[in-house]
Amino acid sequence: MKLQVEACSKAFEDKVVLDELDLAVAEHEVVCLVGASGSGKSTLLKVINLLVPVDSGRILLDGRDITAPDVNVNEVRSRMAIVFQSFNLFPHMNVIDNITLAPRKVHGVGRREATAMADELLARFGLLDKRTEYPDRLSGGQQQRVAIVRALALEPELLLLDEVTSALDPVLVGEVLALLRELKESGITMVIATHEMGFARESADRVAFLHAGKVWEEGPPSELFTAPGRPETREFLRRITEAGRL
Amino acid sequence: MVFTGLALWAILTSEAWPEVQQQFFNPDAFVEVFPAVLSGFWLDVRMFLGAEVLILFFALLVAMARSLRGPAFFPIRSLAVVFIDVVRGVPIILLILILGFGVPALDLTGVPRSPLFWGVAALVISYSAYTAEVYRAGIDSVPESQRMSARSLGLTQVQTLRYVLIPQAIRNVVPALLNGFVSLQKDVSLVFVLGVREGVREAEIFNARTFNYTGYIVAAILFLIVSIPVARFTDWYTERDRRRRQAMSV
Repeated sequence: MKLQVEACSKAFEDKVVLDELDLAVAEHEVVCLVGASGSGKSTLLKVINLLVPVDSGRILLDGRDITAPDVNVNEVRSRMAIVFQSFNLFPHMNVIDNITLAPRKVHGVGRREATAMADELLARFGLLDKRTEYPDRLSGGQQQRVAIVRALALEPELLLLDEVTSALDPVLVGEVLALLRELKESGITMVIATHEMGFARESADRVAFLHAGKVWEEGPPSELFTAPGRPETREFLRRITEAGRL
Repeated sequence: MVFTGLALWAILTSEAWPEVQQQFFNPDAFVEVFPAVLSGFWLDVRMFLGAEVLILFFALLVAMARSLRGPAFFPIRSLAVVFIDVVRGVPIILLILILGFGVPALDLTGVPRSPLFWGVAALVISYSAYTAEVYRAGIDSVPESQRMSARSLGLTQVQTLRYVLIPQAIRNVVPALLNGFVSLQKDVSLVFVLGVREGVREAEIFNARTFNYTGYIVAAILFLIVSIPVARFTDWYTERDRRRRQAMSV
């Protein structure tokens, strides 16, 4: 799915988070959003998912304006999926029910069919033995992988990932990143907000550095990480390197 | 303990006690009035059980209406707010009197005229408004991220409420709902003002005939017999829930 964010602005009270931001993502492309905390990465993803309305600007999916007033929000959302930093699994449902709820209620898939599909995804990501567990019995890494499977069960054409490893122990980060690498192979279009520079460098087709509510600089990771063009990007990368994250 | 003992001692040694005992704790009157009060009380039990089922249902609908967001739902949301504000602002006894005497007097065809029906209806309406607020507090106590997550999966607002928010909300408010139930158990007796022959009314009839108040004591004992177990159950449930949450957060 092709995504175009055109001159989107968003302010919370007086705080400008997105300032006429432009971003284009081609089909099958994996774009990583990097930048300091508060640079607008999360807000941008929520704006794309229509969870947060923009103040101005538009967002096009395959050329169609999804910020137009007559758009069916639920229909748009069912074609893309977002995964959050804090997993947000439904605590009163087991893994299978978490995954099959939206396919059954939104796409009208039968329970048996939805369950079969969920099992297939769980097996693919090594979670099949957890299918009847409740979220509070899973590790953080397992919960996040289930959350990603739940998103995938909608067969989205676009996957938005909002710092999906930030709430995890370092040992658990690896298993989630491995899953993302596998997803990249499957060709799904992804926009990933991340602090994992190593992952961005190796997996992204393109990296966008967000600063002051804009895409300050973007390019293939090989260029952006090794020869950043703007002083703010260099400063950000320097601090990341000092923190041992690159 | 000491105070209760002193109070009891003061009551039992007061000069008027023998007379009060005759008026309120008369064994002969007890035997005589018990069957009537018990059968009236049985009506109370049926009223509060029936009313509670309706209240839990209607209140949930009102709470859902009130929890819908966005300009499209403004009319339905306002309707819920007006209903809650108006009903909560009117004393329940007035609501019972107005509906119980007012609606049958309108003499509308096809509308029930029984005071019992309208008395219970008044209770259901009044308690639905309060209980809706209990549900709403529960819905608001579910983290916003749960709503966002459900919406991001494409669930509509109503689906999000039904499958994600309300199941979690109810768990949070079970003690408050049970508390409301205890309160309702006693308030059903208010329909006696309409002449419905429930427990308190039967005691009153006995009192009017014999000038003896023992019937009221009988009614009080019967109400206690059903409300104390529910109160104990509420505490037990709350405690168990607290322990489970603790175990979960470790």
